[in-house]
Amino acid sequence: MNGFAALLTRDLRLAFRQGGDVANVVAFFALAVILFPFGVGPDPDLLARIAAGVLWVTALLAALLSLERLFDADFQDGSLEALSLMPVPLEIQVLAKCAAHWLTTGLPLTIIAPLLALVLHFDAAGYPALIAALLLGTPVLSLIGAIGAALTLGARRAGVLLSLLVLPLYIPVLIFGVAASEAAALGLESRPHLLLLAALLAGSLALAPWATAAALRQALE
Amino acid sequence: MQRFANPARFMRLSAALLPWCAVAAATLIAIGLYGALFIAPPDYQQGEAVKIMYVHVPSAWLASLVYAVMAVASAVALIWRHPLAHIAAESAAPVGAGFTFVCLVSGSLWGEPMWGTWWVWDARLTSVLVLFFLYLGFIALANAFDDRTRGSRAAAILAVVGVVNLPIIKFSVDWWNTLHQKASVFRMGGPTIAVSMLWPLLVMAAGFLFLFAVLLMLRMRTALLRAKLRALRFGT
Repeated sequence: MNGFAALLTRDLRLAFRQGGDVANVVAFFALAVILFPFGVGPDPDLLARIAAGVLWVTALLAALLSLERLFDADFQDGSLEALSLMPVPLEIQVLAKCAAHWLTTGLPLTIIAPLLALVLHFDAAGYPALIAALLLGTPVLSLIGAIGAALTLGARRAGVLLSLLVLPLYIPVLIFGVAASEAAALGLESRPHLLLLAALLAGSLALAPWATAAALRQALE
Repeated sequence: MQRFANPARFMRLSAALLPWCAVAAATLIAIGLYGALFIAPPDYQQGEAVKIMYVHVPSAWLASLVYAVMAVASAVALIWRHPLAHIAAESAAPVGAGFTFVCLVSGSLWGEPMWGTWWVWDARLTSVLVLFFLYLGFIALANAFDDRTRGSRAAAILAVVGVVNLPIIKFSVDWWNTLHQKASVFRMGGPTIAVSMLWPLLVMAAGFLFLFAVLLMLRMRTALLRAKLRALRFGT
């Protein structure tokens, strides 16, 4: 647990001291969402109908944007090799890195999402479900994304490759996230969707670190 | 299993099997096509267009089967570091992507006269499309590294991750589809299918299976020969 906390604070400190990372992700998210009214027109009814989908798709892309740097800097300067020699299991370290990634992308996205939902005329009844769904769904994005980030370490054109690998795997999160947010906005029960999102989170919490650690080990060989 | 890890033995075995499989594939597909085009009756609703089914359905079956083969080969490669399994998985991937592509294209061609549209966001179609992208990801990852063994290891892990995810994607897409389109516009005929239509279909499927075996063995042999050539040329 000590190793987990130490790695988490290290990554957070790095993210904040280098600065810009969190701001970039949030700025991308906001800008991409704001592009939609220009694309589909300012009709409030239409925007309200597509709001949940737009928010989720752009959140997903924003999370993807920062994934490439999850292990890459540590891989380039060799600290990943040093980390792999620590007595803390690599799986736990992966969890710490995912937690740091979520705190610097998923959480800020969740915080800013209601503001953007407001701009898109998203139905007021949908807000609690939207936030709950984002809180449950964005960690899954970090966890699944970590597998892709570890697999593409040292690859040519890793960024494009990463999106090709990870986006198909994001589809379930997108489906249940949008379903939960929309169901609540339409006055339907959003609980089943949230429970399924929670199940996805539990499943990926248990399985993704293993796959990521396996990928990291073969990258370090 | 380790007995087959020897490339020389594989080369001998596949050289002996390859002509037989090729003949079997050609005969079965010829019989199946004849049965499909000349013996099987046109559907009372769909007319002659139903004959697209004889290519579409077997390629859909093969598309999922090849992914399973690829995932098992990848798991074997990761667990036992079986050298041929990596080559098998990497050789199977483009063939599987090909079957998936044929399935998508033939489905689209079939959909146009039947449903009046080239594409519908139906659960099945969407899952096959996602499967196609999983294949593309596997192929891209396997070829993305300067060091080939690194690429095949990474791709093998991806294949295993994909096999865990496929049922989840399939399930969520089904769920999503029932949410968005209450009325299912189309249903494939029904579970009952006339014997005169069933046997050409099964023969075609068997033919496609042998075709896959032939292509897989050919690609594996080529990969082995290419590796040997590279070793001779560069001494690595």
